[in-house]
Amino acid sequence: MQAWRRLGFWLPVAVMFVWGLLVLVMHHDTVRETAFTLFMFIALASSLNILLGYTGYVSFGHIVFFGLGGYFGFYLLSQHNWPLLPSALAGGVISALIAGLLGMAILRLRGAYFALATIGINEAARAFADNFSPFGGATGMFIQFSAYEPYGGPGPALWASFIYLWIITLAVILVSYLVKHSRFGLGLLAIREDEDAAMVMGVKAPRAKTIAFMLSAVGPGMIGTLYFFKNGNVEPGDAFQLHMSIEMLVMVMLGGMGTVLGPLLGAVTYVGLRGYLLTTPIFQNLHLAVAGLILLLIILFVPAGAVGWVRSRVPWLRRALE
Amino acid sequence: MKPGKWYPVIILVALGLLLPGAASPVLAAGKTKTVVIGFTASKTGKFNVEATRQINGLHLWMEQVNAKGGVKLADGTMVKFADKYYDDESKKGRVQELYTKLISADKADFLISPYSSPLADASAVIAQQYNKIMITTGAASDSTYKKGFTLVYQTYTPASRYLTGAVDLLGKLNPSAKTLAIVHEKDKFSTDVVNALKAYAISKGYKIALFEGYDSGTTDFAPFINKIPQPVGAIMGGGHFADTTTLAKQLYEKKINASMIALLVAPPEPKFAELGDACISVVGSSQWEPAAKYSPESAKKLGMEYFGISVADFTKSYQAKYNGETPSYHSAGGYVAGLLLQKAIEQAGSTDTAKVKAVLDGMNLMTFYGVIKFDTTPKAHGLQVGHDMVYIQWQKGKDGKPVKQVVWPEAAATASAFVCPAR
Amino acid sequence: MWEQLAASLTDGLLLGFVYGLAAMGLTLIWGVMSVINLAHGPVIALGMFGTYLCFTHLGLNPYLAVVLVAVLGLPLGFFIYGVAVHRVINAPHLSSLLATFAVNMIIIGVGTAVFSTSPQNIDFSMGTLEAGPLTVPGTRLVAAFGAVLFTAGLYLFLYFSRPGKAIRAVANNRRAAELMGIPSSLVLALSFGLGTMIAAAAGGLIATFFPFTILSGGTYELKSFVICVLGGLGHPLGALLGGLILGGLEGLVPTFMPVSWVPVVEFGLFVLVLLVKPSGLMGAK
Repeated sequence: MQAWRRLGFWLPVAVMFVWGLLVLVMHHDTVRETAFTLFMFIALASSLNILLGYTGYVSFGHIVFFGLGGYFGFYLLSQHNWPLLPSALAGGVISALIAGLLGMAILRLRGAYFALATIGINEAARAFADNFSPFGGATGMFIQFSAYEPYGGPGPALWASFIYLWIITLAVILVSYLVKHSRFGLGLLAIREDEDAAMVMGVKAPRAKTIAFMLSAVGPGMIGTLYFFKNGNVEPGDAFQLHMSIEMLVMVMLGGMGTVLGPLLGAVTYVGLRGYLLTTPIFQNLHLAVAGLILLLIILFVPAGAVGWVRSRVPWLRRALE
Repeated sequence: MKPGKWYPVIILVALGLLLPGAASPVLAAGKTKTVVIGFTASKTGKFNVEATRQINGLHLWMEQVNAKGGVKLADGTMVKFADKYYDDESKKGRVQELYTKLISADKADFLISPYSSPLADASAVIAQQYNKIMITTGAASDSTYKKGFTLVYQTYTPASRYLTGAVDLLGKLNPSAKTLAIVHEKDKFSTDVVNALKAYAISKGYKIALFEGYDSGTTDFAPFINKIPQPVGAIMGGGHFADTTTLAKQLYEKKINASMIALLVAPPEPKFAELGDACISVVGSSQWEPAAKYSPESAKKLGMEYFGISVADFTKSYQAKYNGETPSYHSAGGYVAGLLLQKAIEQAGSTDTAKVKAVLDGMNLMTFYGVIKFDTTPKAHGLQVGHDMVYIQWQKGKDGKPVKQVVWPEAAATASAFVCPAR
Repeated sequence: MWEQLAASLTDGLLLGFVYGLAAMGLTLIWGVMSVINLAHGPVIALGMFGTYLCFTHLGLNPYLAVVLVAVLGLPLGFFIYGVAVHRVINAPHLSSLLATFAVNMIIIGVGTAVFSTSPQNIDFSMGTLEAGPLTVPGTRLVAAFGAVLFTAGLYLFLYFSRPGKAIRAVANNRRAAELMGIPSSLVLALSFGLGTMIAAAAGGLIATFFPFTILSGGTYELKSFVICVLGGLGHPLGALLGGLILGGLEGLVPTFMPVSWVPVVEFGLFVLVLLVKPSGLMGAK
């Protein structure tokens, strides 16, 4: 374990650390809002990458953990008056437990079958939340504006949720790195290359996959709670957006799957691009089409993503870009 | 490229966003001042029809007030209005980010809500946090105003009073009808409406034979229609424009009979007439109709002030500006949101939030859109308590084409309601 | 109770035929080249708008318009295959998923700019058929019939024409088919074209009785996934059966519980079938 000595470890961690610090120092609300969206997607994409990048399993409905964790955390927050931090942690834990149970069942499926199953689970979860009255059914749950008071008003509450998100994002990136450079992670990479061969070589594939699935579900669960706290309410339609799930995949793909830095880069690029297209008059009406075109070009011509591409072209940068 | 290189870029972008916003109001200092009204609008997505009318209404108001030279403040400064808005794609996802941007980067002085209650909810948190007044329009849910906000003001009659009048109308129309079937969209607004409707109907002695919700975006209503018991007194519910129109159409195709069919949001829209025969006899509740009878005279009778444009002038100038399109209540809502800000700023003689808020809190006046008065109790601050719904029914005109008539309350009626004929 | 059940089941099953047809396009592409076509939904939506435009601007009978739209669907499919799919046909699943998703974004993006997202309607009535407790709008009856016709056409093509046999050969074993002198790239493009054609036709049929926007395809795409799995991924004819199962469920479930539980049952069953019998209820082995 010499993680802390390597540049590839320091680069993403330092970037996230300094960035968050900069936002805190600038103390500007617009900057915080932009950073909140970006950090959220960075953490979501990095979480997904732990499963997708390292084991090769394509979870198309990964947003289900954001939704379920968010729902559970928000339930504790709004119905049982738990403070934000314990609620978020509980949201993460419950996400991981559900992922563990689901994983044992669906990780037996391979390739597209697994992808389809995750879509099905997300839709089933959405439909279930829609009908489940303790979670408020179709209209969801909300918190009183006064719920922000214990944090010193809405402003400080939003800053608090930003700081938690920052810490979670750092933690996810850290986990992502540690997994990649552990014996466990090597097992996952072996599964990605050839699952049957890996099993022959002694990798306990079912267990390893399930643990990876659980690890990739913790972050989204916690972030869900923070996000809904910030919004003040939660509804099935917002919690289980299949579209957001696919966007997470796109981010991982843009940056380079299986790398630690990739999802970070991918998320920043994607969110920045969408925001730019959405607010630029020439592209405003066609923003989705332009984003689609760019995605298509990348899939067709740079399938390894930005980080993968640089790594293959510039060998001396490999140590820095993990 | 190393990601470290991004910092200068990010900072530059941030500065680029801040500077233009900071610069423009300064230039206008002196005798005139531009007040920026910020909002997000659903230019795309499922609320596109309703939201577009809302923006049209607001733009018409802005054009008219600016053409008159604006509003004069106590210190003699003339205030002109400008707007700044982004597309929220009918989704909540970016609403908070965009409102924060509107306030801190675009320097919006006052806010108008996005269309629909969930989106308005998300934006209200930001408005309240930055101490900005927000007039909501197209956000009818009662729940929004029961969350402890103090700067959010509702122009619409709240959801809980949307369809209760239809029950009264039914009692008048067919006293022997005793059952209701309620099929509604499962969003916040429609759920608020039907929960209040259900309680009210039960208190009036009606039996609820069916109470079911459908997902937003549903196109196949056959499973619900098949569950409606026959005979039934009345069918009520619906949700927003697209789904409610489909529901009305499929009720007709399935030849369902009821004394009355009363639906939300869609029937008052002129576009509803495209259904042809399927729209005949459908009752809808409306915030406002071009046939509304609000006037300075009726205001005087009630002992209150009348402010702004007359009903006829509004309809005429709206049609002139938008190629003959007849304004719907969404258009009127957009216009009146601006009108209320204008009135409040004028009376306060200032654009200061606290002063304008004091005027809004005490407001009790009539406009072309009806009476405006806000609840000021801490429990439901900003809830609209002055404004009333009117109920319309699509009837066959002389040329056989559908015409919209106001049928309830009787004082405002342009025609009397009729029982839905056998289909 | 029984009357309601009969009415509900009839409605469900009639829709099932059309849903089945839509899913057939997806499952055909999957069966031949193992690509899940995420542009399926927007293609259905394009079929809807194609039919709508022919109906309102050219004054065509909507069913004639559906045929025209189907014919145009073929070259559209070729084009999508050539631009987006061909390069990633041998890459991991993720690549083809995202490539077709990119096409999805492009179609929806352009579609939104051109058509906006206001709902559209084909105002065309075929009368209503009434028989006892049943009240069936004529458009749905004709659409179900149309779906059966298209299915029969596809079956005849696949089993009795030379290109159809080539498609089946490539689906069975691409390498072996190539060795037998079948131009596999051409066959893949043809199958993608056929899949697109069928999806567009299904969209056209749906548009004759349901309103739609450019975003409507998403719902039918999700339904198509469920149907494909029920009928067996990669079995075009199984899709019709899967469609009937789904339609039957949509008719049956509401009789016994609130309608809003239908998707829970549907997607629950979907995951269950994937787990227990991934080859589908009708799948071999």
